[in-house]
Amino acid sequence: MKLIGIMMKEILYRKLACALTALATAIAVGSCVGAVVLLDSHDRQTAKLLARKEAEMKARMASLNDEMRKAALKLGFNLLILPSDQNLRDWHTEDYAAKDMPEEYVSTLAASGIVTVRHFLPSLQKRLVWPEIKRTIILVGTRGEVPNMHKDPRQPLVQPVPTGTIVLGYELHRSLGLAVGDTVRLMGRDFTVHLCHNERGSKDDISAWISLREAQELLGKPGRVNTILALKCLCMGSQDIALLRQEIVRILPGTQAIEVGSRVVARAEARLKLKKQSKQMIEAERENRAQLRVQRELLVSILVPSIVVACAVWIAHMGFADVKERDAEIAILKAIGYRSGQVLLLFLSKSIAVGLVGGTAGLLAATCAGYWYGNRTVGETAGGGAGLLTTQPGLCATALSVACLLAVIAGWLPAFVATQRDPADALRNE
Amino acid sequence: MLELRNVTKTFQGPEGEVRAIDHASLSVRSGEIVAVQGPSGSGKTTLLLVAGALLSPTEGGVSIGGQAPYSMPPKRRARLRARTIGFVFQQFHLIPYLSVRDNILAPSGAYYEPDAERRADDLIHHLGLGNRAKHLPSQLSTGERQRTALGRALLNRPGLILADEPTGNLDSENTETVLRYLQEFRKQNGAVLLVTHDPRAAVHADRILHMEFGRIVGDTTSGRTEATPSPEQGEHACRIGASARNSAY
Repeated sequence: MKLIGIMMKEILYRKLACALTALATAIAVGSCVGAVVLLDSHDRQTAKLLARKEAEMKARMASLNDEMRKAALKLGFNLLILPSDQNLRDWHTEDYAAKDMPEEYVSTLAASGIVTVRHFLPSLQKRLVWPEIKRTIILVGTRGEVPNMHKDPRQPLVQPVPTGTIVLGYELHRSLGLAVGDTVRLMGRDFTVHLCHNERGSKDDISAWISLREAQELLGKPGRVNTILALKCLCMGSQDIALLRQEIVRILPGTQAIEVGSRVVARAEARLKLKKQSKQMIEAERENRAQLRVQRELLVSILVPSIVVACAVWIAHMGFADVKERDAEIAILKAIGYRSGQVLLLFLSKSIAVGLVGGTAGLLAATCAGYWYGNRTVGETAGGGAGLLTTQPGLCATALSVACLLAVIAGWLPAFVATQRDPADALRNE
Repeated sequence: MLELRNVTKTFQGPEGEVRAIDHASLSVRSGEIVAVQGPSGSGKTTLLLVAGALLSPTEGGVSIGGQAPYSMPPKRRARLRARTIGFVFQQFHLIPYLSVRDNILAPSGAYYEPDAERRADDLIHHLGLGNRAKHLPSQLSTGERQRTALGRALLNRPGLILADEPTGNLDSENTETVLRYLQEFRKQNGAVLLVTHDPRAAVHADRILHMEFGRIVGDTTSGRTEATPSPEQGEHACRIGASARNSAY
């Protein structure tokens, strides 16, 4: 009869007590492994989350880059050509240029061979009070775009206003109740409403567009314009724009060219702002995740040792109960010749066997929980399931070692007490 | 086989020192059954435990097969118990999770005997436990339990059996059976120290010692008709390789 045989039969006989001891070991090991899996899952989740956000940011940046590239290609920068004696401060405050210049400048520019500009849009603008309805408006006389003679003619971006018609800004047609096809009198001349713009939220909402010729007649400035808008200036850098401005001034002495806000600039600024915000968001997310990890580490550092100690106390309690229950058995074993060392070995081997079973159960439970948690949070095994067993054999070996160690430490004292029991006491007091 | 010389055993009780055995001397030769009788608390069980190398005396000497167990280190004393002494108790003290066969084989875990399994099977057969070999103690009758305990005591071919009220829980039929086996053991030159209240058991003894208050106050030869082995036979049995160790018992 070998000791291991006696030990195995005793375990099978006292299933419930052994199962409770194994359960305690399983809980202790499960909590240790679970803590590792939890933190590992957290790290993986963090990495995945940040990677996703960075990918999203990159995708949005790429999209914006593409839009900006297209906008730059299709629209380019816009330059406004004004008479050189036009005070720019007045131009900004009045919203139109008070000075004027010859309309033929447009033809001069178009024929100049300047290659970086696609279109020219001459206009004559003036803020005035609409005499018939007593409303302040900005009257814009426009003739549509003049294509650069050195470029292929394309569909103009801005359509000319036909003679005898008027285009009204949102505020004007809304407040006057005008619609396309209505007739309206302006400065003693009748115009048919050609188009009503949607709201733009700019001075355009109080503007009225008529043909340049009619505007020149109404304002008494025949053959004069006060702005030429150079559209689709194909320059990508600020240095190119400066060169273009110099070139225009060289072609048209007595003028000045200023850059006006463009969608490209706005988008570039938006892009930069978005990039900055995205980076800040990612940093904030990273910081949040780091704080969450610290909190989880703190929880684990308190919870896991508490659980392990509680389980060790429980195992020791079960061990003492076992020794007490087996008092007569220990006595008879000693009486028939078993040495104290053999009795100690009998108890400790049982502790180790139960610890191994409990440890394995705890490990499996933790890996399953890790598998489930990983799937739920990270969308992958997160070190759980089969992954834990195959990718982290060191962790498994450590977990089982911890189980055995816990069983031996918790079982040692009861086993030692068992060896120190005087068999005569048990047999005498039967 | 067994000799106690002027043995005293005291315990510390709540009301001071208790003298469980008071200068008791006895000897049990091989091939002899010695019964110890006396009222409860007279020190019979303590005497048996001292004789069984389980409880060291406060004073006096003990010799088992010519060896002084209490002069030995614990390991050798355990070995002496395993090889020389068989214990039988009123409460049987079978190991509850081992089958009849495993219980009988249990001493082989302490002291290895190469033919322990064969001998266990022989004992199971001889003790009439053949159909109970795989049963747990809880599935046995009291008589079967005591026969199992007897088998365990006999496995390592001891020269001495120490029996503490072995028939205390048995009916008359099982009492006779157990006593018959002890007689057979004695016939094989085994020595038996039998603590009992049972007059039927005492009838089988060669000598009856009477204890009162820890003292042996009487030593009478029983009316048993069977011949008592000669002193020469007894001395022969004192050697560990006594014939009892080579027989079925």
